[in-house]
Amino acid sequence: MNNSSNMTTDPGERAPLLEGRDLELWRGDRRLFHGIDVSLHQGELLHITGPNGCGKTSLLRVLCGLTLPETGVVRWRGRPVMRSRADYHAEMSYVGHRESMKADLSPVENLCFDLGLRRDAGQAVVREALDEVGLTAAAEVPARSLSAGQRRRVSIARCMASRARLWVLDEPYTNLDVAGREFVDEMMTRHLGGDGLVLLVAHQSHGVAGRSVRQMELV
Amino acid sequence: MDIPGLGTAFWLQVKRDLQLAFRHMGQLANPLMFFIMVTTLFPLALNPMPKLLEAIAPGVVWVAALLASLLAAEGLFRQDVDDGTMEQLALSPQPLALMLLAKTAAHWLITGLPLVIMSPIVAYALFLPRGAVPTTMAALALATPILSLVGGAMAALTVGLRRGGGLLSLLILPIVMPVLIFGARATDMAMTGMDPVGALYLLAALLLLAMSLTPFAMAAAMRISLD
Repeated sequence: MNNSSNMTTDPGERAPLLEGRDLELWRGDRRLFHGIDVSLHQGELLHITGPNGCGKTSLLRVLCGLTLPETGVVRWRGRPVMRSRADYHAEMSYVGHRESMKADLSPVENLCFDLGLRRDAGQAVVREALDEVGLTAAAEVPARSLSAGQRRRVSIARCMASRARLWVLDEPYTNLDVAGREFVDEMMTRHLGGDGLVLLVAHQSHGVAGRSVRQMELV
Repeated sequence: MDIPGLGTAFWLQVKRDLQLAFRHMGQLANPLMFFIMVTTLFPLALNPMPKLLEAIAPGVVWVAALLASLLAAEGLFRQDVDDGTMEQLALSPQPLALMLLAKTAAHWLITGLPLVIMSPIVAYALFLPRGAVPTTMAALALATPILSLVGGAMAALTVGLRRGGGLLSLLILPIVMPVLIFGARATDMAMTGMDPVGALYLLAALLLLAMSLTPFAMAAAMRISLD
């Protein structure tokens, strides 16, 4: 590890863990956004809002390292994410607007694979995570027969059990009932309390309070 | 954070793809059915003279195998990209090249290996001399992984396009021509009593080349497709 990672472990230092500078993205001949600066310190939540089609998801994909921006750079612990992908992705978990599940496999089988790539997680860990999101009964059912809300809960369980430092959540409240939404809020609060970071794109307002919560509006 | 090793990740991916394939037995049999159908239609459509069939057998077997794997390549990554699991794979801490190589390996076990195993029966139907069968099987065992790997790289490139099917064949065919040539040549040499080992070595060399280069091409192409 170089000195940039030492900087961030020092509590007195306020260098952001995740930093995007001067990001610009075009889709076809349309400019989605330009001159966007994003910075996220440990224990912080950034809530990105904006009207449909303004590029919120695209911005998240840029910050994840899935999409290469036209200009600008995204840094994690001071290093460009495109050049240290494995290190960045080991500490990041992404909940996209798709559930990223194999419809023929059960939630347990799906998560055993996804988590197996990240950490030494056995079935016990996966079942515990599914219990926590309230899917004990549906853990062995093929994902195709789950409801949309239940599938969303599986995605959330994956994120929770990943032990990632940074959570990137794209509309996590979609299809969730009231209890589910409260659970997401509570889970994010706990994550922030443990010095985690959350990047959130959501139309609704979230239920996380505190000084560490910031909002950014894309236009 | 402790990330599981490359071997574990490779095995997890192969295991999952096989598991998924066995839940869709029908889809799995498609390329094999195609291979058997094409090769057994020739004796029916042509004059079923053993002499004639024997003469065209190497060409028929190899063209059918090539087209069967072309057919299979289309579906290699399509589903994963559509259901979003490819996105999660690209965001996992494991190297994407390795994971895509694992997917291709599983794909070969499902679509390529059955061709190799069924080839003696097809050879029998085409009156291929019995002495040429082991060589044909060995050549197919070397060639089908190459076809899967090249197919994988091109499938990764075209998976972002809505109708990439025709383009995919155009991209794969020119690159795999040497495989067809050396493969058919190996069978031909074994039939005429010559030593086919040279052609087999060339296929083996092509396989090594494909194994070492295509995973990186697949990963780079997939990242572009996901962009």
